[in-house]
Amino acid sequence: MSNDITSENGGVVITKMNDLLNWARLSSLWPLSFGIACCAIEFMGAFASTYDLDRYGVFPRPSARQADVIIIAGTVTFKMAERIKRLYEQMPEPKYVISMGSCSNCGGPYWQHGYHVVKGVDRVIPVDVYVQGCPPRPEALIGAILELQKKIEGESLIGA
Amino acid sequence: MGEVSQISEFGKILIFLVTGIIMVCFAFFINRTLAPHKPNPEKLTSYECGEEVTGNAWLPFNSRFYVIALIFLLFDVEMVFIFPWATVFGSHEIGNYAPRWGVLTLIEMFIFLGILILGLAYVWIKGDLNWIKPNPVAPLTNTVVPKSAYETLNEEQSKYKVKEFTVPAGVSVPPGTSATVETPGTPGTVGTHGTVGTHETPQVRKAMFKPTFKKPGNEQ
Repeated sequence: MSNDITSENGGVVITKMNDLLNWARLSSLWPLSFGIACCAIEFMGAFASTYDLDRYGVFPRPSARQADVIIIAGTVTFKMAERIKRLYEQMPEPKYVISMGSCSNCGGPYWQHGYHVVKGVDRVIPVDVYVQGCPPRPEALIGAILELQKKIEGESLIGA
Repeated sequence: MGEVSQISEFGKILIFLVTGIIMVCFAFFINRTLAPHKPNPEKLTSYECGEEVTGNAWLPFNSRFYVIALIFLLFDVEMVFIFPWATVFGSHEIGNYAPRWGVLTLIEMFIFLGILILGLAYVWIKGDLNWIKPNPVAPLTNTVVPKSAYETLNEEQSKYKVKEFTVPAGVSVPPGTSATVETPGTPGTVGTHGTVGTHETPQVRKAMFKPTFKKPGNEQ
């Protein structure tokens, strides 16, 4: 859906219901304010004034009930995996997952000897977008948000 | 434009209220019809930051807050009365009809406030504003080590002193670090940059802090 609609003289905009819903959803992706390890510092930096994720309508929510997307920012231990699974389950549909950083992508530096680390959060919950880096810069996280917006744009919520 | 409006001021408020209720109901209806529903037992549990839910949400609350809440309510209601009073208190329009309007309303409000303050004074004298503090009992244990043993140990340890850090005379210091380790006693010989270069093969030693413990007996 193109956002550059100009309506002179107060015209009427006609669009498909599906496009309208998708546009509304992708313009207000609310992540759960939830960080596990050092990636969460970059995650916080992405919300601060330099990068200002709020301009994409991304604003952290304190409760899983209000969140659209959960950003797994950090090392997922087996102890934490249980909680992550529960938090993911408690989010309302439709929900999305961004895996941020090497640790949550594949275990990262704990791949071989980390007895306590889940080798990738995608073994616990389905991941939509992976962000590479250790830790990824805020630009990379913004890239992931844009990528997720593209994914939402192509979805169909009605009749799904 | 000169016609009398068919809708009174309260009628406008009614329209406002009805429109508001319809809008909220419409939003809830749209939400119900469009949002996907995929409930499962995990999702329907209480949100406790991802933790397992334990216990009951209906907890007994400290009864000390009861009196505080009551007194708060008293002054909350007082504020609700004062705000509309303040809007008509200084009205010139009413003042033109009744010349002593301002004085009368002021006296009335003071009487009203006086009654409430009397109530507060009553509560204060009765001691309801006192916060009942719990009286915790420190646990005691039976031990063979007497308390005096700790005291003698502490007294013995307090005799030890840490020697103050000084750069000994004759030791040259690299120019970059001279500012930080300059001793106040010998500024000319150690700290100045000009004299460092004139020394023959200056033995550059890193300034380091070596704490030495000295017993009070053999201190020089």
